[in-house]
Amino acid sequence: MAQDDLYRTVVLERARAPQHAGALPAATLNGQGSNPLCGDRVQLHAVLDGQGRIEAIRHETRGCAICAASADLMAGRVTGQDRAHVGRLHAELVEAVETGTAPAGLGELAAFAPLHQHRSRRRCALLPWSALIDMLNDDKDR
Amino acid sequence: MDQSVITPTDAAGSLRHVRADFPILSQKVHGKDLVFLDSAASAQKPRQVIDCMADTMRTQYANIHRGLYWMSERTTEAYEAVRDQVARFLGAAAREEIVFTRNSTEAINLVAHSYGGLLKPGQVVLVSEMEHHANLVPWQMLRDRGGIELRITPITDDGALDMEALEANLADGRVALVAITHMSNVLGTITDARAIIDMAHAAGAKVLLDGSQLAVHRRVNVQELGADFYVVTGHKLYGPTGIGVLWARRELLEAMPPFLGGGDMISTVSFERSTWANVPHKFEAGTPAIIETIGLGAALAYIESIGFDAIGAHEDALTAYALEALGNVNGLKVIGTAPQRGGVISFIMKDVHPHDIATLLDRNGIAVRAGHHCAEPLMRRLGVTATARASFGIYTTPEEIDFLAATLEQIRGFFV
Ligand SMILES: Cc1ncc(COP(=O)(O)O)c(C=O)c1O
Repeated sequence: MAQDDLYRTVVLERARAPQHAGALPAATLNGQGSNPLCGDRVQLHAVLDGQGRIEAIRHETRGCAICAASADLMAGRVTGQDRAHVGRLHAELVEAVETGTAPAGLGELAAFAPLHQHRSRRRCALLPWSALIDMLNDDKDR
Repeated sequence: MDQSVITPTDAAGSLRHVRADFPILSQKVHGKDLVFLDSAASAQKPRQVIDCMADTMRTQYANIHRGLYWMSERTTEAYEAVRDQVARFLGAAAREEIVFTRNSTEAINLVAHSYGGLLKPGQVVLVSEMEHHANLVPWQMLRDRGGIELRITPITDDGALDMEALEANLADGRVALVAITHMSNVLGTITDARAIIDMAHAAGAKVLLDGSQLAVHRRVNVQELGADFYVVTGHKLYGPTGIGVLWARRELLEAMPPFLGGGDMISTVSFERSTWANVPHKFEAGTPAIIETIGLGAALAYIESIGFDAIGAHEDALTAYALEALGNVNGLKVIGTAPQRGGVISFIMKDVHPHDIATLLDRNGIAVRAGHHCAEPLMRRLGVTATARASFGIYTTPEEIDFLAATLEQIRGFFV
């Protein structure tokens, strides 16, 4: 079996040795998302700066490699970004997993594009993102 | 080679010839040969079933029971002949004991509604910890509607029904119905239906067996078992979707009120009141799944042409072969090791989530199921959120098991 294009090194590495996992005691925002179908669960902890940008974010993920890697890559990618930018990245990721072609600029997140062949697994990659967007929206509504 | 020695591998491959009957098995998935190991979710269909259904639509189709013309009468005959066939297949005392439903789920809901409606507040329905949601949720709904108590009988750590706990659960004499799986769709456990029925009857309880899995692999005889209700679902029996069966003792069916109302289930109708048709038609409202029922008949004929002796021998050998092969995969743990078991094997792998296993197997053409298998409470009992599950049909070969085991070993290599 050849190294699989979906389970690329970056996905496997981030799932095995995440760079942004763990608690964040200073967090002012906490959110979570879960997928009852498979028991995947993502908890997010973040601090925003005065301009509403994500100053720091950590995740605690229990789930499959796709979900865990997605949460970790997301945390790295959204640090320093605001809600609007997160929304754009999410939309591009959705496009990638639905069409199989990643918009330029998606960077490492393009690793999830092969999910277009695995409809049932798309939500594994998207779960951390919907949890993040819910968390940011809840904050805005407050 | 000594022709008289039949090795386990020979037995595990003994139904190889039936593969030619299943057109789908020559399909490719992601460019690889399809290795279909999800028959417990739904089995593939032989051309005998496919052709029968297509021929029915091409040459002999009309609505049944009401037409006065030749085409309708022939279709009615074909449809009702399947009732006789199912009655023989399950060892029923009479064709009137066979009620056609959409699937097992609907059959169990029918019993929960109609038999459940006869139960009194304070009476108990008893299920086991390893039920499919189909044999749990309808009873929860009955509990919430009718003041019935729902009691859960635990399983042992190896995945067998805890017979001592069952006896204790029956002791107060308040159990009206024991509803238990005849074979677990997660653990593969085959329950000791005879012992369960004897125990339940001694305590004054009726017994429903969920035969959705078992009836595919073993001959069932509801009279020999002494059961009161038995359900099966056509699509797991190499037949089409949309057709299932409830068998129940005639006197029970006669005492039960109807389930759905409408055409076909009535005797007379006026605006003031209606009277019900005789059993089983009382429980078959509306135009049934005519083509699917006739297709189920073809599926049962197909199964019987192979015979349960051959099917059982193949499955036992293949299951033993698979348990050994999977047991040799590093980090793999089989969930469910009851001594009496069929060809449904759940497993987990250290450091690899079941969904990743399923996707990576799929990339190699191997179809397995991963998730909670519609048995969330059982998953909780087992202390896992999900498992991967390989399940076998008559067309499964030992070479497919070898390929599964080798691919699992490679997948594990990715993650460690
Ligand atoms: C043990 C068991 N019971 C009930 C069912 C429900 O069958 P159906 O969905 O055809 O109603 C299944 C199928 O998954 C099953 O495995």
